[in-house]
Amino acid sequence: MNPIHYIKTKLTFWSAVFWIIMAVGLYATVIRFAFGIGAATNLSDISPWGLWVAFDVVCGVALAAGGFVVAGSVYLFNLEKYRPILRPSVLTAFLGYVLVIFGLMYDLGKPWNVWHPIIMWNGRSVMFEVGWCVMLYTTVLALEFSPAIFERFNMKLPLKIIHAITIPLVLIGVILSTLHQSSLGSLFLIFPEKMYPLWYSSTLPYLFFISAVSVGPAMVIVESYLSSRAFNREIELPILSQLAKVTAIALAVYLVLKVEDVVNLKLWSYVFTLNSEAVLYWMEIGLGVVVPMVMFFSPRIRRDKKWLFVAGLMTVLGVVLNRLNVAITAFERYVNGVYFPKWTEIAVSLMIVALGFLAFRLAVKYLPIFPAHEEHARPAGGDVVSFIDVPTAAHN
Amino acid sequence: MLGYGMLIDTTLCIGCYACEEADAQRWGNPLTEEHILSQHKNTAVHEVNGVFVPRMCMHCADPTCASVCPVAAFDKTPQGAVSYDPDKCMGCRYCMQACPFDIPKYEWDKLAPKVTKCDMCHERTTKGEQPACVEACPTGARMYGKVSDLIEEAKKRIAEDPTKYHPGIYGVKEAGGTSILYISDRPFDQLGLKTNLPDHPLPNLTWAILSKIPNYVFWGGTLLGGIWWITNRRKEVMAYEMKLKDMDRHGNGNHE
Repeated sequence: MNPIHYIKTKLTFWSAVFWIIMAVGLYATVIRFAFGIGAATNLSDISPWGLWVAFDVVCGVALAAGGFVVAGSVYLFNLEKYRPILRPSVLTAFLGYVLVIFGLMYDLGKPWNVWHPIIMWNGRSVMFEVGWCVMLYTTVLALEFSPAIFERFNMKLPLKIIHAITIPLVLIGVILSTLHQSSLGSLFLIFPEKMYPLWYSSTLPYLFFISAVSVGPAMVIVESYLSSRAFNREIELPILSQLAKVTAIALAVYLVLKVEDVVNLKLWSYVFTLNSEAVLYWMEIGLGVVVPMVMFFSPRIRRDKKWLFVAGLMTVLGVVLNRLNVAITAFERYVNGVYFPKWTEIAVSLMIVALGFLAFRLAVKYLPIFPAHEEHARPAGGDVVSFIDVPTAAHN
Repeated sequence: MLGYGMLIDTTLCIGCYACEEADAQRWGNPLTEEHILSQHKNTAVHEVNGVFVPRMCMHCADPTCASVCPVAAFDKTPQGAVSYDPDKCMGCRYCMQACPFDIPKYEWDKLAPKVTKCDMCHERTTKGEQPACVEACPTGARMYGKVSDLIEEAKKRIAEDPTKYHPGIYGVKEAGGTSILYISDRPFDQLGLKTNLPDHPLPNLTWAILSKIPNYVFWGGTLLGGIWWITNRRKEVMAYEMKLKDMDRHGNGNHE
């Protein structure tokens, strides 16, 4: 194909963004693995954890929570109405965990030792527990997702085996998720005197778990909206508006716990001071919790896919901000504000998000992810999820 | 389990940095002019408010680094030192983030980086020798011995000269107690030592949650299994009733 013709017809705005992110990300990757973490980050002895822990790992796991919420609802609670969104949710979760592990390769000083927790045990370490849960749950998600691949290649026997073990598999998945979603909060229990009081609480594990439950369905809403536009697919509005209720209730519980913290830990003076911490705290609680909660509780908004998407996106960004606040902002005062991510750190994190979009796009293209009757043949260009030109049978 | 440790008397330290030299020699590190803990310095003499304060790993009784490490690379030896095994380490740096005394440092510029910190000269002390920094100290600002003996010695010094010493031993209670102890002529917060640490070991905070996990797995699993059993049974009954209705209709049709 003529390159100019290609650029004119195929290079949409989003695909240009995608390729720029990939190029910068790969350049950052070279810096990381050729010159070490010191060269690739603003991390130091004073501030040894940064964006890669906070975003790639802590946010990544939270945003992948849709998998266990929807799989648990369909299989354990027998809520069959959620079945049409089961596969995309499990796919998002699986990709999320794979990308968490991928991101970990950048952050770990010696990534080739990542398997060590398998044989070098420390039952007192929260991270040991998180590591095991992530390993096991990624395996569970791969198995939960495998029917899509077996169906695609018409493999009868493996399909039969997977169907036979689905219930225990999902049950284990829900237990593992509950454990490590909350344990990511427990990771921070060890820093009582280092963290800014607005974010340190003995309820951190519960806060992390409930916000994961709220953001899981919100992610499904966001991704259903985007993919319905990208693939010209009808949106599952009745299901999504049910999911919105789940998020609304989880956000309400979360808000109660947060208010309880303010009362119990006497945080009034911190909440009502004007400093950067308080501003970020209010953004997180106001724009990330209260506003989307109110929106999701409104039946009018739940009937409108656009507003549903807006509220879902706010929930997602709210949880992202919360995790960044807990893992970065809360320590800034202790480290005298020395840490702000270097461009390489941001580039790698953006690349991981872009890879997530790409993998989702490819999976939808080649595997039975969405119910077949809802798909239209005409691919739509120029959308976030369809930024990349995937060759189809028609092209060849 | 405090074992052996060190009593550091800041009133005796003259800032000659002989300990830093001994440390560099012991570890094979270059001698740098910066007198702060770093990947090249596992002990350093900080100058805080005009007072020389020798700093190093505190060798906690219940070390936070050992509790957080996902691969058990840290170990509190019976001798008293907290050891580190770089071959186990995968470089997550949770130990650095979690250490209440901010001791572990990192080889940020290396491609296979290690965590660095004092190990109280394990190979010397097991042979009955003193740690290198203690041996090098010309004024006796560092004293090596059994922690219980060191506490007695500290009390004796304070009692003998109460006008000179601040009444208190740093490290007896801090974060559940440490094998390195400090006495000084002024309150410890003026020496850059953290005085806002809890009296209990920090690992207690995470253990409170971790210890609940086996219980949760059992009860959570049972509960979820029960929920599945009920909802599935309901689905089966519903399907069966539908089938009965269907047969009924069918049967009636046959009769007509």
